[in-house]
Amino acid sequence: MTAALVIARYTLLEALRNRLLWLLLLVLAAAVCAGGFLGQLALTESRQLQAALLAAVLRLAAVFLVATFVVGSMAREAADKGAELLLALALPRAVYVLGKLAGFAALALLPALLFGAVALAFAPPGQAALWAASLLGELWIVAAFSLLCSLTLSQTLPALTAAGAFYLLARVLGTLQLLGHAGAAQADAGQRWLTRGIDALALLLPHLDAFTRTEWLLYHTGGLADLANVAAQTALAVGLLTAAALFDLYRKNL
Amino acid sequence: MNTPARPLSSVPPTVRWLLAAALALQLGWQAGRPPPGARAEALPPAPSAAALRLASLGDPLALSRLLMLYVQGHDDQAGVAIAWRDLDYGRIRQWLERVLELDPRSQYPLLAASEVYGAVGDPARVRQMLELVYQRFGEDPDRRWPWLAHAVVVAQHRLHDLPLARRYAQAIRLRATGPRVPAWARELELFVLEDMDQAEATRALIGALLSSGQITDANELRFLERRLQNLPPPAHPPR
Repeated sequence: MTAALVIARYTLLEALRNRLLWLLLLVLAAAVCAGGFLGQLALTESRQLQAALLAAVLRLAAVFLVATFVVGSMAREAADKGAELLLALALPRAVYVLGKLAGFAALALLPALLFGAVALAFAPPGQAALWAASLLGELWIVAAFSLLCSLTLSQTLPALTAAGAFYLLARVLGTLQLLGHAGAAQADAGQRWLTRGIDALALLLPHLDAFTRTEWLLYHTGGLADLANVAAQTALAVGLLTAAALFDLYRKNL
Repeated sequence: MNTPARPLSSVPPTVRWLLAAALALQLGWQAGRPPPGARAEALPPAPSAAALRLASLGDPLALSRLLMLYVQGHDDQAGVAIAWRDLDYGRIRQWLERVLELDPRSQYPLLAASEVYGAVGDPARVRQMLELVYQRFGEDPDRRWPWLAHAVVVAQHRLHDLPLARRYAQAIRLRATGPRVPAWARELELFVLEDMDQAEATRALIGALLSSGQITDANELRFLERRLQNLPPPAHPPR
């Protein structure tokens, strides 16, 4: 347990020394300026326009930065042989994975809290808190998947590509399912198989389109049910991805 | 800790000359290019609703706002202002409908249809926009009645089509029955029947909108106030 916390602490320190906080602040400042400019162009609903664009940009930026940091950090550690050094110690491999995950999870708190504070300017505290908590869940899932990709694929570019593809797919799964089932009556055999494939993927992947919803900030529609859904999906997805990462690491010959 | 850089003299002269020559070439090439010519481009057809839903990555509200700005900015492209009468209103209607489908609670597309694109001088195009407002009003009458109320005024005084104005006013009276719809909106049919003059009717409508407290957006308030100021003075000043 202590060893995992030490690994987590050094992972977080690495992020801070990589100026991640400054980068987040820079992204925030750029997004606020761009949102303010676009809000001035709007004839009506300027606050809503600003909030919607800001929320979308900040969410994407947070996901991109966390995924890039996780993959980059794991690749650097592999290249420095730091990972091999840690695994050579009298520690179960699980401690290494859980420590890294805990570090990435703590790191995800930075954008969630920072961007959640900005959301307070557009929505009541409850809705902004729900949005921030949901962003945190989304970032934890992305971090867990990026870690799995880094351990499995061992190379930066394939790992980043896989993390990006996973995120896009998890965000559009709901729409893909709707489209597949909407045309089911006239679909040929190929399309029916495709729809079944999408349905199977929908069983496996988290539905990220239910996370960090802009309508919570714009129309204040979020509630406890949404929070419960986000929490349950996060717990299940992070659990599954961690198990997969452990499975892969234990099978690896180092 | 940052390691201090080595002195400039440690860079081989060939590399220094190469850098200077590459920079000069780049600057010379760009300076020699003709200045970009402003060219108006037609609004492309709106993508399908399904394509837009996919492109929104699960966030249709943000995409809806972005598309609205895109459509709004189309008549004032970089360096070229396109007159509304030269715009393809069929395509504008398509885009506004897509924007509304992405976020049915947004008032923006119908405001643009009735107040912005509906201000064109060509009656056929005005009718296209009014018809869009009328059709979409039915989906959420209690929220969308202000834009149909504006359509009533336009139909009555700019198109001089009293039956059309009455049809719209009647729709408000019969379908916008929510508690937040003010009484005057449901009484618009009377205005049509009394056939007030346009400036007075517009003044009454905007004045009522402003005093109802329903308009809270600063930009929209400014927009409506500007319109109010630009109206000709009343023929019979209030006593």
